[in-house]
Amino acid sequence: MAAPRSLQFDTLSLHAGQRPDPVTGARATPIYFTTSFVFRDADHAAALFNMERGGHVYSRISNPTNAVLEERVAALEGGVGAIATASGQAALHLAIATIAAAGSHVVASRALYGGSHNLLSYTLPRFGVETSFVDPRDLGAWKNAIRPNTRLLFGETLGNPGLDVLDIPSVSAIAHEARLPLLVDSTFTTPYLLKPFDRGADLIYHSATKFLGGHGVAIGGVLVDGGTFDWEASGRFPELTEPYAGFHGMDFQEESTVAAFLLRARREGLRDFGACMSPATAFQILQGIGTLPLRMERHVANTRKVVAFLGSQAAVESIAYPELESHPDHALAKKLLPRGCGAVLSFGLKAGRDGGRRFIEALRIFSHLANVGDAKSLVIHPASTTHFRMSDAALLQAGITPGTIRLSIGLEDPDDLIEDLSRGLRAAKG
Amino acid sequence: MELRVGSEVAYAYTGGKTFDAKLPAIVFIHGGEQDHSVWALQSRYLAHHGYAVLAVDLPGHGRSGGAPLASIEAMADWIVALLGAAKIGAATLVGHSMGSLVALDCAARHPERVRRVALIGTAFPMRVSPDLLEATKNREADALRTINVWSHAAYAHYPGNPGPGSWVRGGALRLTQRQKPGVLHADFAACDGYAAGLECAARVGCPALFLLAGRDAMAAVRHGLDLAKAVPGSIVKTLDDSGHNLMGEKPDEVLDVLVEFLRA
Repeated sequence: MAAPRSLQFDTLSLHAGQRPDPVTGARATPIYFTTSFVFRDADHAAALFNMERGGHVYSRISNPTNAVLEERVAALEGGVGAIATASGQAALHLAIATIAAAGSHVVASRALYGGSHNLLSYTLPRFGVETSFVDPRDLGAWKNAIRPNTRLLFGETLGNPGLDVLDIPSVSAIAHEARLPLLVDSTFTTPYLLKPFDRGADLIYHSATKFLGGHGVAIGGVLVDGGTFDWEASGRFPELTEPYAGFHGMDFQEESTVAAFLLRARREGLRDFGACMSPATAFQILQGIGTLPLRMERHVANTRKVVAFLGSQAAVESIAYPELESHPDHALAKKLLPRGCGAVLSFGLKAGRDGGRRFIEALRIFSHLANVGDAKSLVIHPASTTHFRMSDAALLQAGITPGTIRLSIGLEDPDDLIEDLSRGLRAAKG
Repeated sequence: MELRVGSEVAYAYTGGKTFDAKLPAIVFIHGGEQDHSVWALQSRYLAHHGYAVLAVDLPGHGRSGGAPLASIEAMADWIVALLGAAKIGAATLVGHSMGSLVALDCAARHPERVRRVALIGTAFPMRVSPDLLEATKNREADALRTINVWSHAAYAHYPGNPGPGSWVRGGALRLTQRQKPGVLHADFAACDGYAAGLECAARVGCPALFLLAGRDAMAAVRHGLDLAKAVPGSIVKTLDDSGHNLMGEKPDEVLDVLVEFLRA
């Protein structure tokens, strides 16, 4: 039996979820700038409100432009659907709020983006959701941290700041043994480099602000459901498996065998918390996704050249990038990330905190700002910016040295980037 | 809700309403390697519009117990037993793909229990190529991906099932992957082995709707039309740009055709 062809990743990046507008013939995805949608009649209105028909009611809940983005990301990830949110942080909050409540517990990698760490460490405890942080490489720690009230395991495909590679197959096996889902932040890798559902993850979210959008113009997030996790069999998620008084007594798992999580997230989380995405943002992120395969290939190629250059420089004392044999997750990276380990790396300057400041200020192409995943190359020196209040000892505890520099490699000519970095390294010496 | 058919649990989704056997009953019968959730929108709508709805999980599928049944005739008999368990005298049967053959067989052999039949994505014969049938037995994952490709016509759907943001192909694939090992082969072998289609079609005495997909690569449209010709007075509707997964690709259109048929 010859396997039939289905559209490949590059084609899905441009076509999944969208076809020429049936009314106007518009080839590009129209931006449906409307708050609300007219009902055909009273019966149609009632049917939409009661989920008897699919369709749009109010753009906080769903919007045709956003739906294209949601379907496209779901298609690229191999999921059953997605929800576009106001930011990556909103996507993380929506994921947790959908299946956790006061008294719930999360086990999370300690190698997380600072915003995620803040949410879990300081904000969610105010609402009764506690988190245990574990070394992502310590599989025993993941297992031992699980409690009867744990509802979720969570990590980043590539952690912050050391580019720790999450062992998704092993951590998901631990989660599933405990009848729990694994959520991963796949922002740094995108589905072009890694498809977490194929490795055992159950839920994925992206800060679409970064590589999916790719051009540094829009803040957004996307939460994707793999449709793999059996909430009913788990027995730990009454939010999805028992009638919900807040939506016509709906039992979401009964309603949809594979998309119960998304139904509740949209019908409760978007409705009540309201962290929806603007359709203009959805359009901008869709423009980015159209070239995602091309950009990621170039991001990785440029990063490899930069890493090779930095490795040859006497002023550089260390480089954290999983493609290097010196990285503790090198073997795992070869297995999970054969197309490349992304475009974010960090390296240590021998010249320390002051040298880092001089390095940053000498750069002309790299932009000094707090973001990653732009088409333009970006740089930040944590010890003089995001972590400037911390002592050298405290920095080390966070995995950062006074001379740590984080780069996000863009799409410029790599020789121009290397020349710029050379300028910075000369300045760092003082 | 859960019923007992024989010694096994028989699950049926009631459309979000408490089942009331006094209302006109509609039984939805899913296709091979699927469950009740393929009918989520249509069954929920009709349950809220005056019907007693049972969207069943056939034996061995979804939440129903037991092993998958080996023949279309056995599935038809099971449906009749389910009607008895639910205290339904006669019902409208709506079947998709394999489920359409089950509905057809019921209507022919148990005419007193069937008021109307709606056969969606149907064909007779519903033969399965030897290669695919072998794959359903020995290479289930490959077979499921092949079936998923052949079951869809488009890469964009409006408004999506169960709603906006749903990747219909992904949802359909995952639903089949969630069924128990062995169910796929049992279902496809039952479809392949069903021989009584034309004979049963000629015996159908109730109103019959054929809803076909113009781009169906699983159940050939010409075989659906041939079957329709064999049912006296049947109504034929075609959704031109849909694939075999009509309820996923064209949920509103499927519902509209069903409502029109039920009201006629």
